[in-house]
Amino acid sequence: MDDRTQKRQTAASQTATREESIWTRVVGRLGHGDIGSLPVLLGLVLIAIVFQIANPNFLTPLNLTNLMVQISAVGTIAVGVVLILLLGEIDLSVGAVSGFAAAIMAVLSVKVGLPGYLAILAGVVAGALIGLFQGWWITKLHVPSFVVTLAGSLGWQGALLWVLGSTGTINLNDGLIVGLANTRLPVWAGWMVGGVVVVFFVVNSVMQRSRRAHSGLPIQPSTSLIFRTVLISAVVLITVGIMSVNRNPRQDIPIMGVPTGVIILLAIIMLFNFVTVRTQFGRSVFAVGGSAEAARRAGISVDKIRIVVFVLGSTLAAVGGILAGSRLFAVNQSSGGGDVLLNAIAAAVIGGTSLFGGRGSTWSALLGALVIGSIANGMDLLAFASSVRFMVTGAVLLLAVTLDSYTRARREQLGS
Amino acid sequence: MNTTQRAPILELHGISKRFGAVEALSSVDFEVYPSEVIGLVGDNGAGKSTLVKVISGTYRPDAGEYVFEGKRVAITRPNDAANLGIQTVYQDLALCDNLDVVANLYLGRERKRTLLPGIVKIIDEVEMERMAQSFVRELHVRIPSLRSRIATLSGGQRQSVAVARAVMWNSKVVLLDEPTAALGVEQTQQVKELIHRLREKGLGVVVISHNLADVFDVADRIIVLRLGRRVATFDTHVTNHEQVVSAITGAEFGDGATTDTSAG
Repeated sequence: MDDRTQKRQTAASQTATREESIWTRVVGRLGHGDIGSLPVLLGLVLIAIVFQIANPNFLTPLNLTNLMVQISAVGTIAVGVVLILLLGEIDLSVGAVSGFAAAIMAVLSVKVGLPGYLAILAGVVAGALIGLFQGWWITKLHVPSFVVTLAGSLGWQGALLWVLGSTGTINLNDGLIVGLANTRLPVWAGWMVGGVVVVFFVVNSVMQRSRRAHSGLPIQPSTSLIFRTVLISAVVLITVGIMSVNRNPRQDIPIMGVPTGVIILLAIIMLFNFVTVRTQFGRSVFAVGGSAEAARRAGISVDKIRIVVFVLGSTLAAVGGILAGSRLFAVNQSSGGGDVLLNAIAAAVIGGTSLFGGRGSTWSALLGALVIGSIANGMDLLAFASSVRFMVTGAVLLLAVTLDSYTRARREQLGS
Repeated sequence: MNTTQRAPILELHGISKRFGAVEALSSVDFEVYPSEVIGLVGDNGAGKSTLVKVISGTYRPDAGEYVFEGKRVAITRPNDAANLGIQTVYQDLALCDNLDVVANLYLGRERKRTLLPGIVKIIDEVEMERMAQSFVRELHVRIPSLRSRIATLSGGQRQSVAVARAVMWNSKVVLLDEPTAALGVEQTQQVKELIHRLREKGLGVVVISHNLADVFDVADRIIVLRLGRRVATFDTHVTNHEQVVSAITGAEFGDGATTDTSAG
């Protein structure tokens, strides 16, 4: 009996405060099959090095800013895909929905003459209603999301053609709509936004740390806090810096400032990161993706969570479609078609969100879209044919999914 | 255990349940006292699972009384039992592998704090972790960290988390379905110690198990079901394995409780 009591005491002291270094955490995560975004960050660095060696125009302010604007639409759609993948579901209609929503906006703005904000709102609401319809169908009629959204993909593509009518292409002329993706913030405003983000991050980290310490909970070592603060401040400020220098190579009219499309994408990522990580709704999404049965027994309304996530997925697809239309000043019959759907799903998965549900982050939409965008952008710079681009992107996707499957198998091995 | 002087926390009287032509339970009595561990044993099909599901509110019995803390109550849904403080930990544990220990303990019942009054409420991770920490310490549950994901824990640790979750909401009776079935020796020991501590805390614990050695280790009394009837009750301190096995299988062995090991 004495022996047992002793054992308990040592066990109790083991669970007490223990500080872990970043390195042990990374190694531990690798061992546990929980690698997150590490491979994609390494991949991005590798891609940047290769393209920079091949063409010194790759890492220039002009090209990097263009790259960010190019990925803003697909990145936004990919945020919605991340949410749906977190549930362990799939949405194959996001491409078609993005095109259809953009078409609704274009018709209402150009043909009907509604003010820009109403046209935009109508496009977004259309996306939400489509998500409600598909989500309801999937959860209440128990039809696999794969099939419902595949049917939806065809249907909404048809709806896009129908709405556009015989015109085929609608050129956008409303100032607000066109300005969504193409406006540049004044340089001072860009720095202000960047500064606010950094200050907010630092204040938030410090406050969380002091709340934990105040409650007697284990805290991360201050070196880790400093490291993360420096890293994130550097990324934010360097990004703003790159976009704040004159990027016009001809030097006649200066072009500088953070493009609004980039701000919209980053704001959406941060908003939904907050929703998934900090709110009860987000926790429920992760729980349903991890084990729907466990979530149900914990009293979570699984059907409601699923439907809401499908609504969010389609809504973000609509926002992405509107951004794409804005960037190209036009909506046409191929809007949302082609590789939009595949790139959005590939971005989410390459960025580190698991196809199997319950693991991922909205930041993976940005990282994955950056990978796909840099490959496309770099190959364009090198004048490769799009045949090569497709094959390379396919290979990267295959690699990412293989890694996801491998780490999942590793987790299951450890679990048993 | 002088259980005779105290009132049972939960009593069932004359519970019957049939599924078509099969009588799964016929007029079964059951009782568990505070600070008592009951081992519920029986062969496959003896009615253990049915009885557990009646207690947890999943099944409604065809006949019989359900008495909780001396008062007759109507249990029609699992929530009714849960609201009384009766919790069941099934073999599949119902944990989310991808979430950490704190998130699982509070799943569906997250503590929240207001970020923007009336608009945004966020999960109060610090408060949840602080409360989880004191609770886990009280039960001496051994886990690497409260922020470990369930996927990284051993089977015994997962079982402990599932049990901790079941008892952390002022539970009075906890039912454990095969808690040591898939566990190694050391992990089994860990779960047994946890069961002892639940008893020290005054809970009534019901352990359903095939493993008689484990049942003898943790239980104060053993209730044997055979073919839907309660056929025997043993005090573990004055009983041996053979007697229980005989009761489970229905083999004759004389007058029961006092029979020695040479019999049969």
